[in-house]
Amino acid sequence: MCLGIPGQIKVFSDVHEHLARVDVSGVTRVVNIGLLEDEHLKVDDWVLIHVGFAMSKIDEEEAALTLDSLKLMGQAYEEELEALSSSKTSSESGDR
Amino acid sequence: MKFVDEYRDPTAARALVSQITALSGDDQFKLMEVCGGHTHTIYRHGIEHVLPANVELVHGPGCPVCVIPMGRVDDAIAVAREPGVIFTSFGDMMRVPGSRGNLLTAKAEGADIRFVYSPLDALQVAIDNPDREVVFFAVGFETTAPSTALTLLQAKAKGVDNFSVFSNHVTIVPPLRAILESPDMRLHGFLGPGHVSTVVGQRPYRFVPSEYGLPLVTAGFEPLDVLQAISMLLTQIREGRCEVENQYSRVVREEGNPRALAILAEVFELRPHFEWRGLGFISQSGLKLRSEFSAFDAELKYRIPGVRVADPKACQCGEVLKGVIKPWECKVFGTACTPETPIGTCMVSSEGACAAYYNFGRMHREAAVALGRRSQLTV
Repeated sequence: MCLGIPGQIKVFSDVHEHLARVDVSGVTRVVNIGLLEDEHLKVDDWVLIHVGFAMSKIDEEEAALTLDSLKLMGQAYEEELEALSSSKTSSESGDR
Repeated sequence: MKFVDEYRDPTAARALVSQITALSGDDQFKLMEVCGGHTHTIYRHGIEHVLPANVELVHGPGCPVCVIPMGRVDDAIAVAREPGVIFTSFGDMMRVPGSRGNLLTAKAEGADIRFVYSPLDALQVAIDNPDREVVFFAVGFETTAPSTALTLLQAKAKGVDNFSVFSNHVTIVPPLRAILESPDMRLHGFLGPGHVSTVVGQRPYRFVPSEYGLPLVTAGFEPLDVLQAISMLLTQIREGRCEVENQYSRVVREEGNPRALAILAEVFELRPHFEWRGLGFISQSGLKLRSEFSAFDAELKYRIPGVRVADPKACQCGEVLKGVIKPWECKVFGTACTPETPIGTCMVSSEGACAAYYNFGRMHREAAVALGRRSQLTV
């Protein structure tokens, strides 16, 4: 459960609620960026996502490295991605 | 990709291993990796097999699922069975055994228990079901606790009054201290946790060198990160230094994430005591909701049995969590206790030491020697 998945910020979708649309392995998810408010995040910045929240800002190299490691984890990573996909609040369709 | 290769480069790995071998000389070193993520990397990449035999890694208590005592799982099940309650939990907690079954069996018996990815999902379930009471089973170290805290701030701001949190959040420093105080422990240094440190920073670990005279190096999750951190620990010891160093500076900052820490402090306060699986009661190690959030505190909203349950006699999770024994030395490892039917928590989460051993089918080199086999047993 302590996995951090890299995602790249695409759109700041709701400034009031601290939400951003983030590309995670080719799928757009909505994550909360409230914990990184002081980081002055920009579009195309990379963040590490944990339980629906961006928990740290990382650079592109670190993102590639982490993604590659996660893929090596196999099942644990797939389960995490599946869990992220099942998340209602992070779904892009806006059924909130 | 160039940078990925850099962190898996066999030449670099070999160079680090020879450095570690030279630094360790003929002395025995026991180093503890605190974080379950490191345990995973160590097994995944067979790091124990490339280290010299006199440098031993022991697995620490840094898997939040593994440290939840049975009594708290029983409490969670009791709340989940309350009429009208929708009980929400991370998937990892669903199979953690209580004294009579787990959340999955309680669900099969009729309790409305739902798996969520994020505490925000739990809050959304509450918003979508205004006539039901929704409880979130919060577990995790400082990595996860800020997310619960921010969710509670949102619940309060939105006036969602059918949402509450059963907090089992814990902090990383008290168990480290407990391990350092434990008489059966002989350690020479720590690999500090990666993700927890992005929140808490490096300062909280300073007591390890200053009070216990041991070095601590915060490490990343790549195999070369772990090897480099080991080399940094041994270098400190050989140079007669003893400090907190940061190998994972590309992600972890000295001061951590001040905003996350401020949010944590706004919502949570330390409990006087909290029980840890295998480690017993540790003072000031658990987080409870502050009185300003008492309307969202499941422990005040529901009758919590709060019965302390001793771990099953056969289970040696406590010794595994303290690094006193290796997972395979436990009497029930791989026989009565498997990831499908775990007796102990260390077998439940993929970050637990026992599950990592079991899943990667690795035998510790000592076990391999004991069994008279070659140590190159494959994954």
